[in-house]
Amino acid sequence: MLGNAVANAAKSANRSLVRPATTLAAGFPRVSKRPSTKYGGVYTVTLIPGDGIGAEITDSVKDIFEHVNAPIEWEQYNVSGMLSTGEPLFKEAMESLKRNRVGLKGILFTPISQSGHISWNVAIRQQLDIYASVVVCKSLPGFPTRHKDVDFAIIRENTEGEYSGLEHQSYPGVVESLKVMTRAKADRIHRFAFDFALKNNRKKVTCVHKANIMKLGDGLFLNTFRAVAEEYKSSGIIANDMIVDNTSMQLVAKPQQFDVMVMPNLYGAIVSNIGAALVGGPGIVPGCNVGREYALFEPGCRHVASDIMGTNRANPAAMILSATMMLRHLGLDNLADPIASSVLDVINEGKVRTADIGGSSSTSDFTAAVIKRL
Amino acid sequence: MLRAQSLQNILVRSGKPTQSFTRGYAAASPTAAFAGQKGSNGKYTVTLIPGDGIGPEISDSIKRIYSAARVPIDWEEVSVAPILKGGKTAIPESSIASIKKNTVALKGPLATPIGKGHVSLNLTLRRTFNLFANVRPCVSIAGYKTPYDDVNTVLIRENTEGEYSGIEHEVVDGVVQSIKLITWDASERVARYAFDFARTQKRRRVTAVHKANIMKMSDGMFLSACREVAKEYPDVAYDEDLLDRVCLQIVQNPRPYSDRVMVMPNLYGDILSDMCAGLIGGLGLTPSGNIGRDASIFEAVHGSAPDIAGKGLANPTALLLSSMMMLRHMGLDSYSAQIEKAALSTIAEGKTITGDLGGKASTTEFTDAIIAKLGA
Repeated sequence: MLGNAVANAAKSANRSLVRPATTLAAGFPRVSKRPSTKYGGVYTVTLIPGDGIGAEITDSVKDIFEHVNAPIEWEQYNVSGMLSTGEPLFKEAMESLKRNRVGLKGILFTPISQSGHISWNVAIRQQLDIYASVVVCKSLPGFPTRHKDVDFAIIRENTEGEYSGLEHQSYPGVVESLKVMTRAKADRIHRFAFDFALKNNRKKVTCVHKANIMKLGDGLFLNTFRAVAEEYKSSGIIANDMIVDNTSMQLVAKPQQFDVMVMPNLYGAIVSNIGAALVGGPGIVPGCNVGREYALFEPGCRHVASDIMGTNRANPAAMILSATMMLRHLGLDNLADPIASSVLDVINEGKVRTADIGGSSSTSDFTAAVIKRL
Repeated sequence: MLRAQSLQNILVRSGKPTQSFTRGYAAASPTAAFAGQKGSNGKYTVTLIPGDGIGPEISDSIKRIYSAARVPIDWEEVSVAPILKGGKTAIPESSIASIKKNTVALKGPLATPIGKGHVSLNLTLRRTFNLFANVRPCVSIAGYKTPYDDVNTVLIRENTEGEYSGIEHEVVDGVVQSIKLITWDASERVARYAFDFARTQKRRRVTAVHKANIMKMSDGMFLSACREVAKEYPDVAYDEDLLDRVCLQIVQNPRPYSDRVMVMPNLYGDILSDMCAGLIGGLGLTPSGNIGRDASIFEAVHGSAPDIAGKGLANPTALLLSSMMMLRHMGLDSYSAQIEKAALSTIAEGKTITGDLGGKASTTEFTDAIIAKLGA
């Protein structure tokens, strides 16, 4: 086993030597192609378990990775949004993310009170400019819900819109909250959506908006979508748009009509929660946030779930599947595929399921069942 | 004056009132309850706006059902088709006057005029009559099968500001700011209506739906207003929930929401109310009421369906259910109970229902079936 790892390490070391020197000398390395921090064939990945059930479900991932001997070394930061004193550790975690460029993360709690700190989840996305959130909602085999054959991807703009964090009280009792929309950010998220559709062999991209009311803000988003769609016309991908209230009505009535959906930040929060509910809940929907330089993987439906924290009842599937997305991002498909299919098989079989999807097994039972199948 | 008065009560730093709160406006009641008077013939006069497309047909159906049930209402039919006034489109003065006088109106669907320069009629009505709260109940209709058979939600949406303030500007090319405006007065007003509605409709809980973890000041102030009002209603439980969680939970299992009234800012209400409508089968089955300071307008929120207009195929259910809300608003509960029972049991039987519900009946046949059940 150990010998194997050493051999692997040697091979990887060779490979890194083969990397063309020109990309280093040019002064403008193509960062997106640059491999992650890697020493002796092992990738260093930042791990932020997060609040609530985060510790339990990331433990599942660690156990599984340990079992398959995944070449991942965790740099773990137990940041907690529950404490206002967590800020220095949060900053350290940010430094680590910048260093490693890849991370796995649970959800950090954000206080509602005005005196509390801003959302660190949002701060991470804004500071790393991981602008595209990808959430795939797909009906699971062996787990019927109220809706059949759901299969759509939500591409959500992650860095601006209603989450700008710009608010002020212009007069006592009168508050303005700014929603900022820019053409540059709309353009890149729409391109991302069309590229995603192309690469994943999907047929349709739907732009979700409220341009009938926010004529300038969402109007800019919609017009940019139409311009980008024009450029992708030759690819044969269908482009259409839908108003957000109608979208949410259609989603709960006829979700099968959707394929790839692209939308501003707040609508993404709404649609991803509706989407998760359609296929079985936040425990099974994985997600990631991608930018030009960094990628951060976290469950697609961002809930802290402090109500079942520490009870060993959380469903780790969403986190495990997010981790397999991370493995694929690192080019470790041969490790990702068996883990993902093992998770789906365990759910499909139906013997070991957590409470959220109708079972009575614990988090650790589920993890053990996944490992057993590997 | 009123505005200044209530603003005096707001502490500058925290946005919370310092003294016991004077009510934001001096209507007959804190929550714009119906204050109309019966005419000399013992009947209330209600303005009826039949609307466009299928509007006249479904309005006829309501009128026939009401006269069969002997509801003490006289209809005053008006049109809100825009007229040109000083180069701008406007609602006819006589229609405005009618609604103002009767303080209650029932409205069919309006066609959206295509082209620029039209002020939205709905927006004009909302502004003219200070329609500050939009009430959207959604109840599963027996006989119309959807994946959800246990929906019974009530959602109250702030209707005058928030993301719909219309304040937007392009800062530089390609950078737009849209302003979501939240005021204490409007938040407090809609919260008070929600609590009052909960009390009178026997739903013993109010849930404020928000995103104050992200929009700390704006949604935060909405929550502060709700909390203040909650103190005045010790018999009604109050809690708060994140928009994300509410979306997730209603779509997974709507049943726990049948004991409460949800109250929220404009955009969230717009999205969630249509989502709930989707759960029970769409806008053709959901009523809506706009409660205002100067009048209240109950309406069908579906489109005017010009493709089937005049063919006698339209389903009047949404407008009929909206008029049930109107009767309850006017304190005519016994009539609404009787008509509602007749209508719902007609749909549940499934023998005489319109095409959109999966039947073959015409609007007239459906209406006749309801009338036949009124005595029963």
